[in-house]
Amino acid sequence: MSFKAAVLVFPGSNCDRDCKVAVERSTGGHVDMVWHQDTALPSGLDLIVVPGGFSYGDYLRCGAMASLSPVMAEVVKAAERGVNVIGICNGFQILCESGLLPGALMRNNTLKYICKPIELKVENHNTAFTQGFTPGKSVWMTQGNADGNFVADADTLNAIEGNGQVVFRYVENPNGSANDIAGLMNERGNVLGMMPHPDRAFEAELGSDDGAILFRSLMERVAA
Amino acid sequence: MKAKVHVFLKPGVLDVQGKAVEGALNGLSTVQGWANVSHVRVGKVLEFDVAATTAEEAKAQVKDMCDKLLANTVIESYTIEVA
Repeated sequence: MSFKAAVLVFPGSNCDRDCKVAVERSTGGHVDMVWHQDTALPSGLDLIVVPGGFSYGDYLRCGAMASLSPVMAEVVKAAERGVNVIGICNGFQILCESGLLPGALMRNNTLKYICKPIELKVENHNTAFTQGFTPGKSVWMTQGNADGNFVADADTLNAIEGNGQVVFRYVENPNGSANDIAGLMNERGNVLGMMPHPDRAFEAELGSDDGAILFRSLMERVAA
Repeated sequence: MKAKVHVFLKPGVLDVQGKAVEGALNGLSTVQGWANVSHVRVGKVLEFDVAATTAEEAKAQVKDMCDKLLANTVIESYTIEVA
């Protein structure tokens, strides 16, 4: 049975199609697009992707309004059932705002929109998202955001570090993110949020195909 | 009833916009003299009407709005005025 994923689409999403193509080409799986007003998700999903972009124009706070859209209530329920969820860039912000992940993402401490390839260290290889990455080898993906500066209070940071929830770290911190955190998962290990884009690094022609390893890791974990 | 909500980053959370504005105000001092400005914080004000019978009821509803949407209490604090 082939890998089955859904990509959410909010008004202002702009990486939704990239995510669909990235998952399809990385896994050979089937990807449905799900509108933010929908009140049901396709059945039998292996992965829900919350894509990057500028949902609701980034008004109020990045991801705040999207986190309250009807489809997110279904995503929260699916995550509680154990369905894998990945939020990329604006998707990471939405997952934090929805409470599926701890902490918050603030304006980059440089005050600049950062758009460049970025080097990452895989901090935890023992996750559904990262089991396929080669230990000791750094990973390249693309960063593209103005609000990627992860913050959390000291107790939360201690907890997520202690639980192995930090999945990716920046080799050179571009934005002031606490503990160089670039990607973070929930305690259960089925919800991942990350600022760098695996969906912009899934074929060598894009400068890196490391992003495909993430989607294939999930496929292999689900098939196992 | 008229509600007014002020949202600011919590003390201790780096306010990069505030820092930038402070730098600009200080930087202008060679021309005009605002080197005396410090601790600038940039926040938001939201104003809206809320239908409620008492100020207490309105305030309770606005507090709920703040906790669920208008502020992210991980990084922001808020104050509410109802009149």
